[in-house]
Amino acid sequence: MSDHSADHFSQHIRRYLFVFYALLFGTLLTVGASYIPFGDRAVNIAVALFIAVCKASLVACYFMHLISERKMIYFIMAFTAFFFTGLMFLTLWCTGDQPFHTITH
Amino acid sequence: MEIPYTIEARPDTGLYNAKVGIWLFLASEVMLFGALFSTYILLRVGAPEGYWPHGWLNIPVGTVNTLVLITSSITTVMAWASCKMNQFGRFKFFHACTLCLALTFVGIKSYEYHDKFIHYEITLKNGKIADGHLVSKSADQVVIKGHYVEDRKELFDLRSGSAPHGHEEITIPRAQIATMDNYGPWHSTYLAIYFTLTGLHALHVIGGAIVIGFLWGPGSKLWKTDPERFTNRIEISGLFWHFVDLVWIFLFPVLYLL
Repeated sequence: MSDHSADHFSQHIRRYLFVFYALLFGTLLTVGASYIPFGDRAVNIAVALFIAVCKASLVACYFMHLISERKMIYFIMAFTAFFFTGLMFLTLWCTGDQPFHTITH
Repeated sequence: MEIPYTIEARPDTGLYNAKVGIWLFLASEVMLFGALFSTYILLRVGAPEGYWPHGWLNIPVGTVNTLVLITSSITTVMAWASCKMNQFGRFKFFHACTLCLALTFVGIKSYEYHDKFIHYEITLKNGKIADGHLVSKSADQVVIKGHYVEDRKELFDLRSGSAPHGHEEITIPRAQIATMDNYGPWHSTYLAIYFTLTGLHALHVIGGAIVIGFLWGPGSKLWKTDPERFTNRIEISGLFWHFVDLVWIFLFPVLYLL
């Protein structure tokens, strides 16, 4: 692998370590935030999911190298994101069908 | 016959074939877990108010397992980077770490499952409910370490200030028991979706660990004859492993914390 110098990869490794520390911090932050009484549990859910999305983005972008991938991969992921979003919105839209007196958050 | 595009990029995709393959597979996995997550949402919003469990899972144990999986992600990517830097010894070390962490994750998960299977909710004929971990059971009596509640609803939010406490040993004669169920998937909707989601995830961890174990052991012979192809295999298995980590990043807060 002559074209991949150790210097080049040591930069990558520093980045991986930074992401690793960020993920550890994010995990502890998620646990800590779950103990904060925001008043409405919906806020707790929103905070936890926001942190989870940030952590997942770090894993996907840096560990899975999605930040510097080929168009083909972006194409596959765009389709996936479209259908995944559709699936989630269908689920959220049909919550109006839930019986009265059930929880809404 | 030589398999084409195992190392060099295919002109039309710009990628070696296995990489396109794994991303297509991961796309299908996103939809699989997406369907189960949407099921979770529907079940949760459809639950009567106050009847969706909160605090049923051990948060410190779940946190440790999350940290274990995150650490396994960094060791996986370091193993791949070691191959790229032509450092096979370092690759072996990091991949062994990943394998150990994968087994640790499965071990901790098994402990959590076991804890649920020995946890019983016993409804007595007088309407009271005894809830706790099984100490012993015989034909005449059941002994648990737990507490009594008057209403089943008291068992749902264990993180609230009014949650029942006390872990004294309770002996219940069999004749007084109306129903007795452990906290398996059949216990409640929450546990059904919990076991489905985490069980499927654990199967992915086990599958990934088998592949990683193969590439660390007998599969690593390929390094001697075709190091670039071997490195690509490490990248592919790594992508799968990161996806498994990514799923857990959502499962942990959804099931343990919210």
